[in-house]
Amino acid sequence: MSGDPILTVDRLMMRFGGIVAVNELSFAAERRKITALIGPNGAGKTTVFNCITGFYRPSGGAIRLSHDDGRSIQLERLNDFRISKQAKVARTFQNIRLFPGMTALENLMVAQHNALMRASGLTVLGLLGLPSWREAEKRAIDLARSWLDRVGLLDRADDAAGNLPYGDQRRLEIARAMCTEPALLCLDEPAAGLNARESGGLNELLLSIRNEQGTSILLIEHDMSVVMEISDHVVVMDYGVKIAEGTPQTVRDDPKVIAAYLGADEEEAIAVMESGT
Amino acid sequence: MSATSARPSHAALPSGGAFILKKALISALVALVLFSLMIGVRTEAGPQGGLIYWTRFGDLAALVATVFGGSIIVELLRQWWGPIDKDSLVPKPVQSAMSFAGRWLAPALLVFAFLVPVIFYDQRYILDLSILVLTYVMLGWGLNVVVGLAGLLDLGYVAFYAVGAYSYALLATNFGLSFWVCLPLAGILAAFWGVLLGFPVLRLRGDYLAIVTLAFGEIIRLVIINWQSLTGGPNGVSGIPRPTMFGIPLDNSDSGLAARLGIEFSPTHRLVFLFYLILAMALLTNWVTIRLRRLPIGRAWEALREDEVACRALGINTTTTKLTAFATGAMFGGFAGAFFATRQGFISPESFTFQESALVLAIVVLGGMGSQLGVALAALTMIGGFELFRGLDQYRMLVFGIAMVLLMIWRPRGLIGHRAPTVFLERNQAISSDLVKEGHG
Repeated sequence: MSGDPILTVDRLMMRFGGIVAVNELSFAAERRKITALIGPNGAGKTTVFNCITGFYRPSGGAIRLSHDDGRSIQLERLNDFRISKQAKVARTFQNIRLFPGMTALENLMVAQHNALMRASGLTVLGLLGLPSWREAEKRAIDLARSWLDRVGLLDRADDAAGNLPYGDQRRLEIARAMCTEPALLCLDEPAAGLNARESGGLNELLLSIRNEQGTSILLIEHDMSVVMEISDHVVVMDYGVKIAEGTPQTVRDDPKVIAAYLGADEEEAIAVMESGT
Repeated sequence: MSATSARPSHAALPSGGAFILKKALISALVALVLFSLMIGVRTEAGPQGGLIYWTRFGDLAALVATVFGGSIIVELLRQWWGPIDKDSLVPKPVQSAMSFAGRWLAPALLVFAFLVPVIFYDQRYILDLSILVLTYVMLGWGLNVVVGLAGLLDLGYVAFYAVGAYSYALLATNFGLSFWVCLPLAGILAAFWGVLLGFPVLRLRGDYLAIVTLAFGEIIRLVIINWQSLTGGPNGVSGIPRPTMFGIPLDNSDSGLAARLGIEFSPTHRLVFLFYLILAMALLTNWVTIRLRRLPIGRAWEALREDEVACRALGINTTTTKLTAFATGAMFGGFAGAFFATRQGFISPESFTFQESALVLAIVVLGGMGSQLGVALAALTMIGGFELFRGLDQYRMLVFGIAMVLLMIWRPRGLIGHRAPTVFLERNQAISSDLVKEGHG
């Protein structure tokens, strides 16, 4: 693969005791493109995600993120909150993790924590209520408002996040991740539990994030209608190793991919083959 | 509990007569097993030294019947008056009256607080009691930052109260520093100890965190008892200077306030001054907390209580966020401690036992975690109510305990369980307590 990768994963290893969850995985995600990571259940996709977003420390290998300005960061050396704060990688979770007792708007305000902390002079200026802080807070609310509008939740801004329907919660989590103004957005099964109409809306949202914000997207997905429709590049994993990669078209016709899905889960194999015909 | 499964939980709750009966039967059975030997059989040493015993099955039966009936009553009360089905059972006019009262309760309480010394000028007992209540309001508001907002269970809060009190007492008696110089120092020192406590407990959650904070509270108390050369050990520190009104002492000397104003001296002056002092300090705590909640740090505290993993994914430094919560709460505890020392004029380790931590924590939980008004109401109920039952002598604790249990059955999330959002676009609507999490450490 050529071009201008934003994320380069090089011989990534992840061991849990004797179990090798990810074995020498290498792939790259192009800048301003949507890259999908697919594979049968237990293939190690979420483990890769957790390594990229700093929740696990890889046992070996390198993960490099190169920003637009040429700055390059080794993600495997950062951990925890620094991945989001310094490397500008945002993520969502397979089982939604919103702040259920806070409103949708508050959820998006929390996402702008680091920018607002600077603006509030590490709380001192904010405590005094200086105009510069009020200005920054207003801008933050405007950013949150625009994202609520983008995901169609503007009229539910003041409702508790935990009270929103499932599909809305999924979109709110994406909006929250985008409020951190990331360079790379990692989505863990964004279409899980959505109906056909909702996942159609999700496709449009993700495409607009790529086209308008220029954010690169890496996603794990089981819903082949989402993967095949919006991905620019697909990486297929099975048992912790990469078995294929390429455009959705080439991956769909790859016999190894079909075999992996057939061997693992009949339903998913049929889904892959049907969307291929 | 995940966000989606939180909502319909009470629909699935069993509520039929059979369920209540079954529950009551189980309670009665447990009571029977428990009391059959304790109450049913009584043993005593006979006149010849042998063991004699007799049975009291009547008493036992009465007790089991009471438990059976009581269980049914409690369960019925829970279903009729509890938060479940509250809307259908409370009539609309009552609801609107309650919401009206709710809106004006806080301002009314504030005005009343300002007028207390005027109304009760001659009643020293009431003034003393209100100063005590306000001290606990302040402590409750301080602990509310740690427990209510950040969701970190702290059972050793009294340690910071002690640090504040001893800071003022030792600085004032050894170096002759005035109250107004020592007050910020006491706060800073307490905050410093808050950070020191914070570091080892950062990785702990829930029960483990509670145990370490509990131990920390005891460590501070034991150090105070045993470091005799500095703290005077169990004898405490006496002769702590009384606060001055910006340099003017409140005594009957020639330079005292009364002499300067040309009015007759009365010890009540000092009491009134102390009252307004603690009122101002408590209100400052409240103001700062309300401000902090609307700043990124306050939102991060609440987000931490809701979901720590999500916080990390959003680039929030959970370490510093937790430490600032500990430090802020500890600082307010330190202020309150300095006030306590100057009010009493004498402090000893006996004032800083686990009992105090438990009391302050009970105030925060009873008030509704995170709610400022709820904490103030709870402090009033706990401290004031406890005094109210003074006439009941040995039954005081019993009645008080029953009242607390009933309150928790009626309002499991505290007096004011719902959460007010910190920012809104159109509607400022409260968030139901079912959705707000308690935090997990």
